[in-house]
Amino acid sequence: METNNNETVIEVKDLVTHYGQRKILDGVDLDVKKGEIRVIMGGSGSGKSTLLWHILGLYQPTEGQIKLLGKDIHRISFNEQLQLKQDIGVSFQSGALFSSMTVGENVALPLREFTELDENTIRIISRMKLEVVNLGGFHKLMPSQLSGGMVKRAALARSIVMDPKLLFFDEPSAGLDPVVASEIDDLILSLRDTMGMSMVVVTHELDSAFKIADKITVLDNGKNLITGTVEEIKKSENKRVMDLLQRRSRHDKLNPKDYLKRLTQENYTLT
Amino acid sequence: MTEDFIHFDKNDELCIIYVSGEVDLSNSAEVRKTILSALKTTPEVVVNLAHVEYIDSSGIAAMVEGLQFANSHGKTFGLSKPSKQVRSILELARLDQVFRID
Repeated sequence: METNNNETVIEVKDLVTHYGQRKILDGVDLDVKKGEIRVIMGGSGSGKSTLLWHILGLYQPTEGQIKLLGKDIHRISFNEQLQLKQDIGVSFQSGALFSSMTVGENVALPLREFTELDENTIRIISRMKLEVVNLGGFHKLMPSQLSGGMVKRAALARSIVMDPKLLFFDEPSAGLDPVVASEIDDLILSLRDTMGMSMVVVTHELDSAFKIADKITVLDNGKNLITGTVEEIKKSENKRVMDLLQRRSRHDKLNPKDYLKRLTQENYTLT
Repeated sequence: MTEDFIHFDKNDELCIIYVSGEVDLSNSAEVRKTILSALKTTPEVVVNLAHVEYIDSSGIAAMVEGLQFANSHGKTFGLSKPSKQVRSILELARLDQVFRID
């Protein structure tokens, strides 16, 4: 598919957000081009999932700007928001399938919500998406009857049912065995190559990140530590990046005064 | 758009529907209607996709509905010359193994 790879489809500028008084994102910038797969990595608490929720408009930032497909998500009309929702697919870590609906009904839900397609067309499209994720014929099952990997694939089918321009994943292969995780990675690559979708993938799975990423952004303490290609990230001499790649836990130098405050002050809060 | 993106050549035996440009939610109903109308009056229908630059799932579904109708009414339905983008989408859903593609 022909794409203009210079077109920026996701633009985050100087994003700052707090939980209470604690700063979670501290001036994060992000620039994702059309057809790009951007992986966001970082240790636990680095702010990677928080960044994703902000890009999706689920959280309001303290400062900063987020543009999706050229539109500032905090400055668009209700109708523009509705249109944007149709251009975005999200695959949540848990799958987030509705347990009271069959797999087929779950996948068809966005089509019923956002389009006026007739039932036969909706059936064909939703089952076609199940075929794409290798769940052909599973439409009548309930989510509780699926394995963890199948739930992730069903959620992926639902996230692409509207042929979105932007696709977001939160830990797509977490908790899956290596074979199933690799299948999900292959699917992500196929969707980019055939549909030209642009994607943001939040993951802590290194193998997966290196396989699918066009670029990787590493967050640390709410800041953008580094953004680069897989090779650039692998060659980085930044200690925090090297720790992450070598799966070393973080050992900040202890500040004795702060440590004592954390243990003893009744009203202590993280800043 | 509907005038430009779809037209057909037809005789008693065969109808060739030429689709071009982008097929998406805004015009896939027109494709579907044209295919089903042609199948009602012609024993064989072929959809030429050589000049389709983009087709979304509703467009592919229109092709599937054409095949569904043809199979249940003893008619013949096929696709011809799918562009690279169309072919890759058909392959992703493994529909390249379902349609007759010339």
